[in-house]
Amino acid sequence: MSSTLDRVAGADRPEAGTGVWLHGVVRDVEPAVLAAIPGMTGAPVRAVRAAGLVAVVSAAPLAEYGEQALRRNLEDLAWLERAARAHHAVVDALARRGPVVPARLATVHHDDARVAGQLTGRQAELTGLLDRLTGRGEWGVKGYQVPGALPRASEDAGAGGAGAAYLRRRRAQLTAREQGQRIAAEAAAAVHDTLAGYAVAARRHAPQDRRLSGAPTPMVLNGAYLVESARLPGFTALVAALGERHPELRLELTGPWPPYSFAEERPAGPALTVREPAC
Amino acid sequence: MVTTALAPNSADDPLAYRPVALVDLLDRVLATGVVISGDITIAIADVDLVRVSLRALVASVGALAPPELRDAVASEGTGPAAEAP
Repeated sequence: MSSTLDRVAGADRPEAGTGVWLHGVVRDVEPAVLAAIPGMTGAPVRAVRAAGLVAVVSAAPLAEYGEQALRRNLEDLAWLERAARAHHAVVDALARRGPVVPARLATVHHDDARVAGQLTGRQAELTGLLDRLTGRGEWGVKGYQVPGALPRASEDAGAGGAGAAYLRRRRAQLTAREQGQRIAAEAAAAVHDTLAGYAVAARRHAPQDRRLSGAPTPMVLNGAYLVESARLPGFTALVAALGERHPELRLELTGPWPPYSFAEERPAGPALTVREPAC
Repeated sequence: MVTTALAPNSADDPLAYRPVALVDLLDRVLATGVVISGDITIAIADVDLVRVSLRALVASVGALAPPELRDAVASEGTGPAAEAP
């Protein structure tokens, strides 16, 4: 936002005072539970209550968490990792006790009154989200391309009409590499569709850049699935079965995650993440 | 078939909880989550800062990737797409 840039350009002095870092929103939580959860600065998190909801927050000294300081600190990988893990530790601790609507990283308010205002103003939405997330957990399934592997069905696709023959010729014209990428992408879509059919909700994040994932081959699926806790065994079995069915993919299951990917009523498009370089 | 099933041990047994990969965590905490716009970090809610930050992440990738991968990436140039004819 240009207004932000203007303000940053004109202000070098550190911000004074303390803001309020939002971790997430729950229906209720015992003060004793919060007293045992360290927040962003190491001090215990605390509750801001309004509209029958509880926002779990950390003190956020503006010298480190103010707008200007955040702009600088988010560029610092070590700081970003520390903040992400501290925030996640709180959200995860809450998620293990019951439904939580996680806040995005670096959601900082000026004071408790503004946090309470958000709870009041969005009560219906937040309550609906908490209902939707109850008894459910987020699981991640990542799929990596396996070079040289062919899909199971491709060998016995000899039959078919002119359309199939055309497709076979067309495929032969593609380089092995393009074909491999296409096969992996098709498998990723098939895996995602199947898992989405089993899950309560599903979302595809952008594939992770290989330089970040550390994986030897490109990621073609970075899915998030909201799964009923009671149906989790079926979900993990389905992931294993899909791995068998698609040797052209290497699948990896992660979780349980707090429902980060399902904390909006209407998820936006693909999440913003660094992609494989386009050129 | 190579399926790495990491869980659900952590669901059954909290003691078996394993640390999450930073890149997986950032996928979730940066670009998703409820959009309760912090009144200080409006620019972050609009994702401007996050985009910048992830560029920095790639630039400092040495902190995330094992050395052998870093070398591979360096010798490979910008990645698989760059090798296409």
